[in-house]
Amino acid sequence: MTDAPLLEVRDLSVSFPQGADEVRAVRGISYTVDQGEFLGIVGESGSGKSVSSMAIMGLLPRNAVVTGDVLLRGESLLGRDDRELSRLRGKEIAMIFQDPLSALTPVYTVGDQIAEGLMLHDRALSQQAASVRAVELLRVVGIPAPERRVKAFPHEFSGGMRQRVMIAIAIANDPDLIIADEPTTALDVTIQAQILEVLQQAKEMTGAAVVLITHDLGVVAGNADRIAVMYAGRLVETGSVDDVFSRPEMPYTIGLLRSVPNLVTAGRTRLVPLEGRPPSLSDLPPGCPFEPRCPISVPECTTAEPPLLVLGGGHSAACIRAPEIESGALQASDVFPRPEPVSLGSEIGSEQEPVLTIEGLVRHFPLTTGMVFKKQIGTVKAVDGIDLQVRAGEVLGLVGESGCGKSTTILEVLEMTRPQAGSIRIAGRDVADLSRSDRLSLRKDVQIVFQDPMAALDPRLTVGDIIGEPLTVHGDSKMERRRRVAELLDLVGLEHSMSSRYPHEFSGGQRQRIGIARALATNPRLLVLDEPVSALDVSIQAGVMNLLEDLKARLRLSYLFVAHDLAVVRQIADTVAVMYLGRIVETGDVGEVFARPHHPYTQALMSAVPIPDPEAERSRERILLDGDLPSPTDEISGCNFHGRCPLYKILDPSRQQQCVTEDPRLRMIDTTSAACHHVEQNTLQPL
Amino acid sequence: MAIIDPLSTSDVDVTAELVDSRKAPRNSSRAALIWTRLRSTPRFWVGALVVGAMIVWAIAGLWITKWSPTDQDLINSSVGPTASHWFGTDDIGQDIYAETVSGLRRSLVIGLIAGPASTLIAALVGAFAGYTGGRADAVISWLINLLLVLPAFFILVLLSPVFKSLSFLVLTAFIALFTWMVMAQVIRAQTKSLRDREFVKAARFMGVGTGTIIRRHILPNVASLLIIDATLGVVAAINSETALSYFGFGIQRPQVSLGVLLADGTPSATTRPWMFVFPALVLVVLLFAVSLVGDALRDAVDPTSGSTRD
Repeated sequence: MTDAPLLEVRDLSVSFPQGADEVRAVRGISYTVDQGEFLGIVGESGSGKSVSSMAIMGLLPRNAVVTGDVLLRGESLLGRDDRELSRLRGKEIAMIFQDPLSALTPVYTVGDQIAEGLMLHDRALSQQAASVRAVELLRVVGIPAPERRVKAFPHEFSGGMRQRVMIAIAIANDPDLIIADEPTTALDVTIQAQILEVLQQAKEMTGAAVVLITHDLGVVAGNADRIAVMYAGRLVETGSVDDVFSRPEMPYTIGLLRSVPNLVTAGRTRLVPLEGRPPSLSDLPPGCPFEPRCPISVPECTTAEPPLLVLGGGHSAACIRAPEIESGALQASDVFPRPEPVSLGSEIGSEQEPVLTIEGLVRHFPLTTGMVFKKQIGTVKAVDGIDLQVRAGEVLGLVGESGCGKSTTILEVLEMTRPQAGSIRIAGRDVADLSRSDRLSLRKDVQIVFQDPMAALDPRLTVGDIIGEPLTVHGDSKMERRRRVAELLDLVGLEHSMSSRYPHEFSGGQRQRIGIARALATNPRLLVLDEPVSALDVSIQAGVMNLLEDLKARLRLSYLFVAHDLAVVRQIADTVAVMYLGRIVETGDVGEVFARPHHPYTQALMSAVPIPDPEAERSRERILLDGDLPSPTDEISGCNFHGRCPLYKILDPSRQQQCVTEDPRLRMIDTTSAACHHVEQNTLQPL
Repeated sequence: MAIIDPLSTSDVDVTAELVDSRKAPRNSSRAALIWTRLRSTPRFWVGALVVGAMIVWAIAGLWITKWSPTDQDLINSSVGPTASHWFGTDDIGQDIYAETVSGLRRSLVIGLIAGPASTLIAALVGAFAGYTGGRADAVISWLINLLLVLPAFFILVLLSPVFKSLSFLVLTAFIALFTWMVMAQVIRAQTKSLRDREFVKAARFMGVGTGTIIRRHILPNVASLLIIDATLGVVAAINSETALSYFGFGIQRPQVSLGVLLADGTPSATTRPWMFVFPALVLVVLLFAVSLVGDALRDAVDPTSGSTRD
């Protein structure tokens, strides 16, 4: 073995010819990964982070033009044929993909798939030995009852379990390098925390180096040794994780760090929006690609692209003003000053009339079998008796993992029909006994903004028609509509001329602004925001979040803000309700709940959220939950959380008995309410 | 039948994300993309030119001959192609060229009305059933299945005494009424998936009515399917009409269609082939050309489809 680094990427470029011109996805990146090192590559979608790692694995489509060199222990990987690379893949370099469902073959058992990887690289291995090893690997990655589960098919596993299987396959041959491409993006936070833990374990066991590719700064902060930030196909900053987080030197990194809401600072300061969008990779200007969005650009920035300047301590940044930033002549707060906070108007008092009141809302879906003669075999308790209240001018954050019933809740509100049980009152009117015309006029008061701005806008209508659509219902004239559309475009910060264009011509952030403008068209009193920023790139989220805060203050709106991202909720909400399996488990003032969560689930949820601050991350004690969210069809007696509850495990048997038999109701504890019998015994410390 | 899914026809590859998120200005709408693909398909041009030429011929073909379809040239009955009778004449001296042009005209009119009409029925019924769901959907699905199992040809034969005495438009309407079911099922399935899309939900929560949602959001998003179906429906309608007329249940003399001419020419196909060959040739060329256009359209809309529709 030579003293060459484990992996060395030299001036790697990847481009895809597109007719006459080409998309230059990766433009000359160089980095090294040492034995056992954990490198995080951070970038937004389209920054080239995935393409560069695919190039290393030799997995790019044939039409990709790859130049530069990739050396594994000094030996070049590029230009080898597929057969040679196949021998390396899995054995020396292993890859973990984002979507574990499509990365596993549905027709083979997971055991077979692990064994396949083993036997491919070790022909002497017997079938028997391979399956024994498969069981062992499943145990390592924390799959319960591996002897039984080894014979299961991928569809019998949940998303988190599948990702564990992927990790098991990746470490099966004891690789020297594991490339994980957004391994936790498709997963819920509590599952994400589990998977990152498993990945760390796998790394320690095999001694492999890990390259973790992600868009989430929080994920790398707690795990990586070194990080590399990519922008528009280039590395713009590299360095040790502490250096980059505490002393970022490239304005893009500075902006990114200041634009992300995090649990520690959220709600106290405003987010710093990073204006504009990344450049088109097929038509790059000659200068620094970040120059159009950079607040400290100087004329020289447009002439040539700055190289990666090596600064002190192994820290490099691609910015001609990096030395100024390093010396402290330019502070981060000068580069991206925090915007002025909006005046919040009058405080929300409890005497304010509620815009939305939900009491004892129930929505059960029957599970049926049989094509002709339907037979009910169970019930999905999507929403199982919840109470919520949104007062005028207030933001209620509804938080929970996927499958907890938050989407069903908002659909029930928006349908405005009589619920199965309980009541929904909007602006003081019970929706159960509305006449047709009353319902239509009440719809003016409640509008929705969806998660995916592309899916929420009809691709065949112009932006003007999309925004004006709610007005067609209420019989406004064409002239009136046009005037209102212009007004709304103004309100959300878009130009009037954009109203004749189609949604696909806009960036994600702009599309979400269009969605917000449409929701505001009828002057609603309540906006239902269904994960409004989770589909957007991090640098764009801040702009949309700030817009929502401004609009709330200017138009005195109330929001029902549904999200799985706690930091985002902390940023915008006044009160918060945490949902688990169709129930509210904890609710109260957002500051109180986040500072002193009482319910063990809330505590686990909060400790699972990664914080983009390496120091804070390292000092945190994680409360990891066992297993996955149970299926909502399961009949669970007593507290529906007791199977995963970290508190339950440390209680004495008589108290445990209470958890198993008695269904806890929400009760006031200090200033918040939580649905847990044993809050007083809770010694778990989140954050 | 090809499964065409207009919602997921984009080719997903590594470049898609990059190109997609950048949206270069020339990467324009879907319609433009389809047109670009269509333009580069020779099949489309061949088919379109031939169909165009046949339409022009059907309109203008009688102007250039001195014979009308009903004229009888008793001196020159049963003769082969000559300078005067380009396609020859039949037993009673009628000019085959004039009859063929006139038959083509009728067949084209029937095809061009019945094909799109059946698509229209399919679109409205399918979208309504798929969007409203519930009981209406169950009833409509049951009706579609019933119509599918009924032997359409046999029913048209049974009904033929009714429309023999009426205009050929009644026959056209009946053909349309018996050919919309398969497409209606496709549209129904598409609508069901569109109904769960957020822009449709958003419209519903705004209070937009069912009719407006179907017209504004559902139909434009399945338009490409409908265009293909209407094109291929022309072929199916002409085929049905020809078959009915061939057996004497469709168009009746003195009106002629290509089916009537084929029926009249069949007994003498071996002895006096011109009576059979010319109408048959026209029919085959027409159907082939329309199919080429339909095929090219389908491939342009959905590049992954390879098989043909029934």
